[in-house]
Amino acid sequence: MAENFEQHSDVSAADLARLTQEAQAEATPSTAKIIWSEFKADKPAMAALFIIVGFILFVMIGALFINTPKMMETNIMGYFNQPFTSDYWLGADSGGRSVAKQLIVGSRNSIGIAIGLTIISSTFGICWGLISGYFNGYIDWGMQRVYDFMMMLPMTMMIIVLVTIIPHYNSVTLTLIFSIFYWEGTSRLIRSRTLAESEKDYVSASRTSGTNHWKIIFREIMPNISSLIIVDCTLSFAENIGVETGLSYLGFGLPSQTPSLGTMIANANDPNNITQYWWTWLPAALEIIILCLSISYVGQVLRRAADASQRQGAAD
Amino acid sequence: MWKTILRRFLIMIPEVIILSILVFLLAKAMPGDPFTGSINPKADPQQIHHLMKINGLYDPWYQQYWQWVVHLFHGNLGNSYQYQEPVTRLIAGRAGNTLWLALFTMILTYAFALPMGVFAGRHEGKLPDTIIRVYTYVTYCIPFFVILVIGIWIFGYVFGWFPTTGSISAEASGSGWLQTIGSRFYHILLPGILGALFGTVNIVQYLRSEVIDAKGSDYVRTARSKGVPSKDIYRHHIFRNSLLPIAAFAGYSITGLLNGSIFTETVFSYPGMGLLFVNSISYRDYTVITALVLIYGILNLIGTLLSDIILSIVDPRIRIE
Repeated sequence: MAENFEQHSDVSAADLARLTQEAQAEATPSTAKIIWSEFKADKPAMAALFIIVGFILFVMIGALFINTPKMMETNIMGYFNQPFTSDYWLGADSGGRSVAKQLIVGSRNSIGIAIGLTIISSTFGICWGLISGYFNGYIDWGMQRVYDFMMMLPMTMMIIVLVTIIPHYNSVTLTLIFSIFYWEGTSRLIRSRTLAESEKDYVSASRTSGTNHWKIIFREIMPNISSLIIVDCTLSFAENIGVETGLSYLGFGLPSQTPSLGTMIANANDPNNITQYWWTWLPAALEIIILCLSISYVGQVLRRAADASQRQGAAD
Repeated sequence: MWKTILRRFLIMIPEVIILSILVFLLAKAMPGDPFTGSINPKADPQQIHHLMKINGLYDPWYQQYWQWVVHLFHGNLGNSYQYQEPVTRLIAGRAGNTLWLALFTMILTYAFALPMGVFAGRHEGKLPDTIIRVYTYVTYCIPFFVILVIGIWIFGYVFGWFPTTGSISAEASGSGWLQTIGSRFYHILLPGILGALFGTVNIVQYLRSEVIDAKGSDYVRTARSKGVPSKDIYRHHIFRNSLLPIAAFAGYSITGLLNGSIFTETVFSYPGMGLLFVNSISYRDYTVITALVLIYGILNLIGTLLSDIILSIVDPRIRIE
């Protein structure tokens, strides 16, 4: 094509190369690039990102080397072992089980469920919001009523009731139960953005030229709100860590033989544990706080990257 | 205006009906039968069979449901199998505790959030604004139950400033009304403060953006050119204008507080509806569970309805025509 071009135009090949380069430099940078430059400009965010990624990798890999049933066996010799000893880095609980090991496996379980919940509930919420926002009229009206109804349900109570009904549940069923109730926030956000997006010219142009509705929704509108989706997923991930741990804390999440950060904090329900044996529950509590703060901080940075007027990263 | 409110009410009716059916079916699906635990294990199976029959537990579900609804409208929610007393009386005894705690938390939340929101908006982009933003962000991110556990550890156990269990101390319950009220208040102080300190984010953010918007508006400029002092502008002009939408948040925060009450009451062993629910679940006390889920659902609904109505008064764009 380049040779062709040269025959019909008086722009030289060198000029063409230069112009192409200039055009590329002036073009909108890709989302990944914007996000990366935003992280480079914000050192604490970079630190938070490394903490999260490093920590998740650490517990995922570390948990592979720990034999959970063996770890959960009662060992009377370790009864409330003090922390910072060579055998028990973080001490042991009333059953002589190592807190450090439980923390690693528990984090793996809790983070795993939070990731699963984020993927399922966000996917559902995004689809719900897109469809509801794009098809105005009766479809939207009906979907909004379902949404209203879901919002009315006392979520925590409904989850607890469902968990007691299901006889044998594991982390997968638990994730699914949580997902029933945690898509609303995402769907409302996506719907309102989709409503605004559907008014725009490119959508009506696409509609008039007869593009399939589904293609407009998922290939045209969705990419345009992708930055919002990324931000929302990150923030709901931070929130979802609190969902599972909270229910496990109450005793309706993961069963007690499966350690989770929540079941570890539940050790604090015993007045003796909470005062004398603080190491049985405090590490898990601090871990949740640090994780949630770091993840939401990354979410804030992503939000800034999504909004051009707030960016701090150099626009190069 | 009235049309909106009426329509909102009409939508509520099917929602409540569906909720009641759902709750009823879920309770039916729970394992065990309601007589578990209350009957001698050596009892004749024939006798249990008979008991189930006279209580209508073999009827089809819609007949049982209808029976339940009829009883419901007579104010009869059945008997609690765990406590052996009518559910209505049981819940009535607990509801007060939950509602007082929720009300107290809400008042404190507004007391903390209103000055913060106005202050942040007034000093937009400056240091106080940044501090308040970081504060609301941190409090928003941390799961609430973790805060409760750490709070009760530090202030209840380590410093011993606050009671860690119950709604009233043993000494105070027998003595005069002044001690009773004092002791009750003392018991809701720590959970209330924690709930308020960590629940300000919505109000602060809304009020902040409201104040920032109002700063550039005509009526503020007029007031300024008349020579009204800056303090009075914020206190009387801007704040009063944002008060109604802020009040609308009260409805939504009822929903949040009720959902949180399960955690608060478990951590503080506070005998309210949330703790009753958690206990009833472990005893499979259906009648109490169904009643509580229904009550919480209806309270949620009323909270949202209240907020929606206030907002539709404030903002004509929301009204359905």
